[in-house]
Amino acid sequence: MNRAAEIEVLRAGALTTVQDLGRPGWAHLGVPRSGALDPTALRLANRLVGNPEHAAGLEITLSGCTLRLTHAATVAITGAEVAVRAGDRPGDTGRPLTVPAGTVLHVGPARRGVRSWLAVAGGIDVPQVLGSRATDTLAGLGPPVLRDGDLLQLGVPRAEPAPVDVTVGPPPAPELRLSVRLGPRDDWFTPGALDLLFGTAYTVSPVSNRVGARLAGAALPRAVAGELPSEGIVLGAVQVPADGQPLIFLADHPTTGGYPVIGVVTDVTPLAQARPGTTVRFHGPQR
Amino acid sequence: MRIRPAGAHALLLDCTAPADIPEEALVEAWRAELWRRREHGDLSVVEIVPAARTVLLDGLPDPAATADLLSRWTPAVTAAATATATADGGHSGEVVVPVEFDGPDLPLVAEHWGVDVPAVLRRLTGTRFRVAFCGFAPGFPYLTGLPADLALPRLPTPRPRVPAGSVALAGPYAGIYPSASPGGWLLVGRTDLPLFDVDGDPPARLGPGTRVRMVAT
Repeated sequence: MNRAAEIEVLRAGALTTVQDLGRPGWAHLGVPRSGALDPTALRLANRLVGNPEHAAGLEITLSGCTLRLTHAATVAITGAEVAVRAGDRPGDTGRPLTVPAGTVLHVGPARRGVRSWLAVAGGIDVPQVLGSRATDTLAGLGPPVLRDGDLLQLGVPRAEPAPVDVTVGPPPAPELRLSVRLGPRDDWFTPGALDLLFGTAYTVSPVSNRVGARLAGAALPRAVAGELPSEGIVLGAVQVPADGQPLIFLADHPTTGGYPVIGVVTDVTPLAQARPGTTVRFHGPQR
Repeated sequence: MRIRPAGAHALLLDCTAPADIPEEALVEAWRAELWRRREHGDLSVVEIVPAARTVLLDGLPDPAATADLLSRWTPAVTAAATATATADGGHSGEVVVPVEFDGPDLPLVAEHWGVDVPAVLRRLTGTRFRVAFCGFAPGFPYLTGLPADLALPRLPTPRPRVPAGSVALAGPYAGIYPSASPGGWLLVGRTDLPLFDVDGDPPARLGPGTRVRMVAT
């Protein structure tokens, strides 16, 4: 019997994790949903290699990574603008790439954007935890963050790769415009805070991660003093801690939190490519 | 009860209302009611997340329609309903938690409560706790049952590492750390009872609604 196909991690890079579409349905037990920061990009990568959309791939952050495939396989990379090389052969993002057994696959550092998603035909077959293979950096569930020398087992490919030349993802915008719906705790802030939220520019802070994008800019003044008892948190919640600087919760966000949420961002996926210093402007859903 | 918007797919049921019913009883009644409604197919929702004074409904196909339904549903809120275990997918009955009461903060708790350490132990083992909600970490239960006037402050500086199984107090709650983590709660003891097992069904031993009693080992 043939040995199962594997990926050997030659250089894990700054932060490479296994991600799928996450583990919904357990928030009442304190388990975050987690999953790819841009699920649309992971789904696309999976479709390109003939996987079901929920198959697990790799989320690669900023500095790229180097992998070796033990068996011939089809791979696809979506997301940030990166150089891809299979052995000596240049590859493209957004296109299925069939690589022979033993090929070293280089995913270069992000030239624009932050994160790439790599799908391999068959998907990454780490054990499921509560229905998902995602690494949750906050709760510590799922496989550990990849390290040099790791071996990841692959599943059996189910379908043919998609017959496409190349798909083009949107380039990361120099300035993000995020649609936000007020609530549930906008009434904890002064009317002036809402003017600042919608009227001034924020920048993405370097301490952002998979839990949340921290922003720097005008502090949002509170109308209600005191502490908010812990309450449930949704993806995209704009939480305002005591210092008044907003934080937008991403995939690994905690299930409950004790600072008021002034509003909820409708689509957080552009934040997956927002480098520190990126300008963020908020607008209401009606505009 | 007030329904607050929480983005395009969620609602926050705010049980902070001038009523003759304690907020935590209202939260528990709504949690149980919503759980039942979902089991019966009356409610399509991905997450029902109780917390201190709220219940979050996330993953709603049509929040406006659900808000309309919520205004017509009335959960059975009685002290008896809250005190008895509620069916919620496995978290029923009373769980006895064996505790070795040897926590370093016992004298501090005794000082805050104006009693001696044996009286603290009598209070903790004599309280019928209930899991109000989970959060902070997978399977971390916020246990209610202590009288409000015994609420405790957190440590001014959190400990960098609280061992797994630590039984602790903060604010109006008791809690048990399912895994080692930093934490600022006052440590009163520890238990060997496993609280979170990803292969368990349900994975959390103490889920929302579970009644809990501590016994000294």
